[in-house]
Amino acid sequence: MRAEADPVVLDITANDDVVRARQLVRTLAQECRLSLVEQTKLVTAASELARNTLVHGGGGTMQGHLVDDRARRGVRVVFADSGPGIADLELALTDGWTSGSGLGLGLSGSRRLVDEFEIDSAPGRGTTVTVTKWAR
Amino acid sequence: MSERVPILQIGDVLLVSIQTDLDDQAVVHLQDDLAARVVATEARGVVIDITAVEIVDSFVGRMLATIASISRMLDAETVVVGMRPAVAITLVELGLSLGGVRTALSLEKGLQALERSRGARTDPTA
Repeated sequence: MRAEADPVVLDITANDDVVRARQLVRTLAQECRLSLVEQTKLVTAASELARNTLVHGGGGTMQGHLVDDRARRGVRVVFADSGPGIADLELALTDGWTSGSGLGLGLSGSRRLVDEFEIDSAPGRGTTVTVTKWAR
Repeated sequence: MSERVPILQIGDVLLVSIQTDLDDQAVVHLQDDLAARVVATEARGVVIDITAVEIVDSFVGRMLATIASISRMLDAETVVVGMRPAVAITLVELGLSLGGVRTALSLEKGLQALERSRGARTDPTA
């Protein structure tokens, strides 16, 4: 058992870790009492970002926790890898732009599914994406 | 290792009901298995039941669209049934509207839709 404020941490190194990432984020979203639609959006975004961490980042970690901001409560999830990084962030956040075989909706789509989206990346420095979804 | 999703056959329709949270490898297997089964069974329809599926991300969404395209090329029609409202809302916001994928709200309606389009195909005056 974990105390509510403790973050959940997951290594993302294989396909089934993406499944685990979805399950962990869903548990957090339920603890936070997000609505079903908000839960679904956050878990979908987490799935996209966990896959990015695995496929483009060569593996990494996910950390999720509940956050409080005065009257609001939310879920914050951080995906970090030490892969090749992204040279052109603006381009990477464009719908349909893809570095590989995907649809190019992973980053741009997941940004639309959350309330706050921060990305920190540079070539050779890896990529960290932080997303937050607030309960309404 | 990743599991294989069972593919059931009812007459000339193949039925897949996704009951667990699939990893990407299982999703790719399903796509390949379905294509092979459509040819082996000469199925005319494919029904994919996602009633139990809590999220459809871009990977699974692309799989649904790809299965529909592959089946069409192999002379079978695909219907995706049972999509949850929250999944539909999320898919549209994600940027995937699954334009080429036929949907129905329930398994029963999906089978009816396949029957209707088959009727239209065998009887051009219908």
